[in-house]
Amino acid sequence: MKPAVAMLLLAGLALAACQREERDTRPQSALGSGEQPTPVTALEPGGQRPSPTDNKAASFEANAFHLSEGKRLFGWFNCSGCHANGGGGMGPALMDEKWIYGSSMESIHATIRDGRPNGMPSFRDKIPDDQIWELAAFVRSLSGNAPSSAAPSRNDDMMAHPSENRMPDAATLGKSP
Amino acid sequence: MPAKNYASTRYSELAEINEGNVKNLQVAFTFSTGVNKGQEAAPLVVGTTMYIVTPFPNIVYALDLSKPGAPMKWKYEPNPEPAAQGVACCDVVNRGAAFADGRLFFNTLDGHTIALDANSGQPIWNAHIGNINIGETITMAPLVVKGKVLVGNSGGEMGVRGWVKALDAGDGHVVWTAYNTGPDKDVLIGPDFKPHYDMDKGKDLGVTTWPPEAWKIGGGNMWGWISYDPDLNLIFHGTGNPGPWNPDLRPGDNKWTSGIFARDPDTGAAKWFYQWSPHDLHDYDGINEQVLLDLNWQGKPRKVLVRPERNGYLYLLDRTTGEVLSAKPYGPVNSSKGVDLKTGRLIENPDKLTGTGKVVRDICPTASGLKDWQPSAFSPKTGLLYIPHNNLCMDEEGVEVNYIAGTPYVGMNVRMIPGPGGNRGAFTAWDIAGEKPAWSLKENFPVWSGAVATAGDVVFYGTMEGWFKAVSAKTGELLWQFKTSSGIIGQPITYRGPDGHQYVAVLSGVGGWAGAIVSGDLDPRDATAALGFVNAMKDLKNATTAGGTLYVFRLP
Repeated sequence: MKPAVAMLLLAGLALAACQREERDTRPQSALGSGEQPTPVTALEPGGQRPSPTDNKAASFEANAFHLSEGKRLFGWFNCSGCHANGGGGMGPALMDEKWIYGSSMESIHATIRDGRPNGMPSFRDKIPDDQIWELAAFVRSLSGNAPSSAAPSRNDDMMAHPSENRMPDAATLGKSP
Repeated sequence: MPAKNYASTRYSELAEINEGNVKNLQVAFTFSTGVNKGQEAAPLVVGTTMYIVTPFPNIVYALDLSKPGAPMKWKYEPNPEPAAQGVACCDVVNRGAAFADGRLFFNTLDGHTIALDANSGQPIWNAHIGNINIGETITMAPLVVKGKVLVGNSGGEMGVRGWVKALDAGDGHVVWTAYNTGPDKDVLIGPDFKPHYDMDKGKDLGVTTWPPEAWKIGGGNMWGWISYDPDLNLIFHGTGNPGPWNPDLRPGDNKWTSGIFARDPDTGAAKWFYQWSPHDLHDYDGINEQVLLDLNWQGKPRKVLVRPERNGYLYLLDRTTGEVLSAKPYGPVNSSKGVDLKTGRLIENPDKLTGTGKVVRDICPTASGLKDWQPSAFSPKTGLLYIPHNNLCMDEEGVEVNYIAGTPYVGMNVRMIPGPGGNRGAFTAWDIAGEKPAWSLKENFPVWSGAVATAGDVVFYGTMEGWFKAVSAKTGELLWQFKTSSGIIGQPITYRGPDGHQYVAVLSGVGGWAGAIVSGDLDPRDATAALGFVNAMKDLKNATTAGGTLYVFRLP
C-alpha cells in the first residue's frame, strides 16, 4: 500500500472517530413556551407521583454548547448581579448543595420562567424558552451537577472559583458516600 | 432620632456609667426581634417606651420600660412585599425609626414610609414612594425636620435614580422631591445654588456630565444619614455611587453622585454641593453621617461639617459654603493621592483606574469604603471623633453589563482581601483639631456597628463576632466587654430609664453587606459573592450565626 493511500485511510478513520455533539442549529426562539407544571415540593398527599419531565432537560444538560451559552447568558441577563459567580449575594448561592425550590432542570427552568415569591423575578416573556433551558443547565453545573466533559472551563475574566468543569458535586464535595 | 440630635453627634450627657464602674455592667433585659437578618437599627427611647424596627419584614416593637422586663406594649407588622428582598443590594436591613410629635416614622423595604401613633401603634398614614420593579428599596432611617419627614431611596446597584423626598408629617403627602441626577429643575437647583468650587458650577451638570440619558439610570441614591442645622436652616445629605460601577460606561463627572448637598428643608432648594469622588471608580457612595460642629479652626470660629468618607478621607467642610478645610486619610488609602484643597478635587491614583476587561489589584479602600454607613460619635469632652471602620483592599475587573430594569446594574467583578496589617476592622479615635488619630484599636472583622460616646468618658461599639465593648474615650483601653448571641452591626444607644438610671442598649444580629455571608448563607468558595465582600469574610460563618436580639445593660 502506498503511503498516500495509508494516510488517506488513517485520516478517514480519525474523522470517523469524532463524535460531533448533536444540537439543534435552529433553536426555538419563541418566548414563554414550556408551560409544563413543576411541583415545588416533595410532599404529595396520597403518595408521591412521578415528577413530570421535559425532554429538553436531558438534551440541554449534557451539552457543551448549551452550557457555555448558559454561562454567557448568566452574565448578560444579570443573573450574576444577584447570584455572583454562584456564591450568591442579593440572591442565594447556586453552587452549594441547598436547593430552595428543587434541583432538577425542570425546577430551575420554572424558577427562572415564573420567579419565586421571596425575590426571584419572573423572566417569562423576556427570555426565549431555549435560553432559559441553557441557563438552567449552567446553574446546575455550578454545583458540579453537569458532566465535566461538557461543563465550561476557564474564564477569560477574573477567576472567582475553579472552573465549572472542575467543580466537585456540592452534595458530596467530591467524596465518595 | 437615631443620631441623638440634629448635629448627629451620638453623644450622651449621661455619666452614671463611667470609666471606673463600667466593668460592672450587667444585662437588664433582652428581647428577640424574631428576624434573622442584619440588625442595623438604633433602638429609640422616648419617655418610658423603647421602639425598635427589624430588618425585613420591618416589624416595629414598642417596649414598656416602666415595667420589669420591659414587656411589649404593641407591635406593628407592615407586611411588606416579599419580592422586595430580591432587589435589596446588601441584606434586607433597616436603620431605624424617627419620633416627632407623638408619631413614629419608619420606612419599609418595599418603598413605603409609615407614620404610627407612638402610643397605640395604630397607623396614621402610609405613603408608597418607592417602586421595587425598578429596583427601588428604602433602608434608611427618616429624619423629621420642621414637620417634614425626609426620606431617600436605595438602589445604587440597580440603576435606580437617587432622590430625597420631604413628606408632610401630618398626612404623608410629598412636599418636595429632589433628584440627585438630571436637569437642574429636577435636582432643585435654582438661583440660590452657590457651590464653592468651579467644578460644581454650570447649567444642568446632572445631564451634561453623563453620556446621553445615562443619568436616568445613574444612581446617586440617598440611603444614609441627614443632618440639620436650625440656625442656617439647612439640611445636609450625601449622594450615593453612580451606576453602573464600571466607569467606562459613564464618562464624565457624573453629577451629582458621590457628593453632598446642602438644601433648604422647606423647599428642598439646593444651596451648595461638593463632590467627594467625581466620576467615582470604586463604588464610593457618599452617604455617610455628617457631624455638625462649631469649633475654632486655625484661629477662627467656623461652622464645620465633619465627614469620615467612604473614599478614606476625613473631611472638614465649612457647612455654610461647602469649602473643604481639611481632608486627611484616617486609614490606608491608595486609590487616590489626596484632595486638592484649591480645586476641591480628589487626586486619583492613575495606577488604580478601573475599566472593562482590566483586573486592577490591591485597591484600598474597598467598594465598602474605609468606612461604610456605620455612624461615628463625637465627644465634646475629648474633642475626638470615634470612627468604627473597615481595613480592606480589593481587586476589581470591569465587565460588560446590560441595563434591565429591576435587576442589578453593576458591571464589576470584585474580590476583597484584608488590608495592611491583616486586621479587617478598626475603631479609631480621630483628633479633629490635630488632624490625626489619637488612638486606634484593631479588630479582626470590619467594625460594622455604630458608636456612642458618653459624658462618663466611655465609648461603646460592637464587633461582628458579637462582642459589645466599652472603651475609654481618652485612651481606647478596653474597660468591659460582653459576648452577645450574634455579630453586632447595630447602633448602640444610651438612655436614662424611668428609674433614673443610665442604660445602654444595642441590637445584636449579624448581616448587612459585611455579614451577608451569614445572613444570606452565601458560599465562600466564590470570591465575588456579595459583590466581593464574601472573599474577605470567609471565616465569619465559623465565628457567628444569625439571630436578632436586643440587649440592654445597666449597673447593678
